[in-house]
Amino acid sequence: MLDSLFGIHADALELKARRMEVLSTNIANADTPGYKAKDVDFRSVLGWQLGVGSMRATHVNHWRGPGHSDNGEVFTIPFNPAVDGNTVEIGLEQAKYGKAAVDYQATLDFLQGRVSAYKRALKGE
Amino acid sequence: MSMDKVFGIAGSALAAQLVRMNTTASNLANASNTADTPEGAYRAKRVVFRTLLQDQAVGEQTRYAGSIHVGNVVDDPTPSPRSYDPGNPAADDDGYVWQSNVNEVAEMVEMTAAARSYRNNIEVVNTAKQMMMRTLEVMKS
Repeated sequence: MLDSLFGIHADALELKARRMEVLSTNIANADTPGYKAKDVDFRSVLGWQLGVGSMRATHVNHWRGPGHSDNGEVFTIPFNPAVDGNTVEIGLEQAKYGKAAVDYQATLDFLQGRVSAYKRALKGE
Repeated sequence: MSMDKVFGIAGSALAAQLVRMNTTASNLANASNTADTPEGAYRAKRVVFRTLLQDQAVGEQTRYAGSIHVGNVVDDPTPSPRSYDPGNPAADDDGYVWQSNVNEVAEMVEMTAAARSYRNNIEVVNTAKQMMMRTLEVMKS
């Protein structure tokens, strides 16, 4: 029921919240030696949801290929990796985090529009 | 829920950066310690951060994967400098005094870096908090 009410936006909100989580992990680990920065690849997650795009691992023995995982998390390729093996570039991560927050708000606004539309319909205004 | 994890992860980073800051304070406070043996001289301490690779339950709380914790505290391997000061009560039989190997300038840099990281993580928590508040307000419209 809720799925059909909110369409793609419910899943999108979850995905965007997860991206904020992944990016916050990067910022938290900016000083951890050997930590590799990650990001969520929106295109591949959308492709899997729609059943198109890159191939999907449907069996435990399927080889996933470098840098790909089922949840769409990919390793970021750094411009300047640090000597200690850390690939977090803090300015870049902060910019990404800011954009992820804006994306999240955009999805929230869509959801809010849906909610108010349904409320109006229920009231018969 | 994902936003909860943001608070947990950024919170762990705040705690870890505080440990780093405390270590720096300890190093600066002990910068002018002297000893009569090289082993007894104070050595600068450094914290090494580690990433938690999977969720971990600690009592009632959960530490989420990606959280950061202080793996261990290591001594700076730089040899302790010594100076000839026979009048010093801490001087050895030959009149030498061993000093700590703390580099004050490096400690100040470390302190600034820790403060910056701390601030970055506070910003992360703030943004996540705003997002969560807005999510709660969606149904009010």
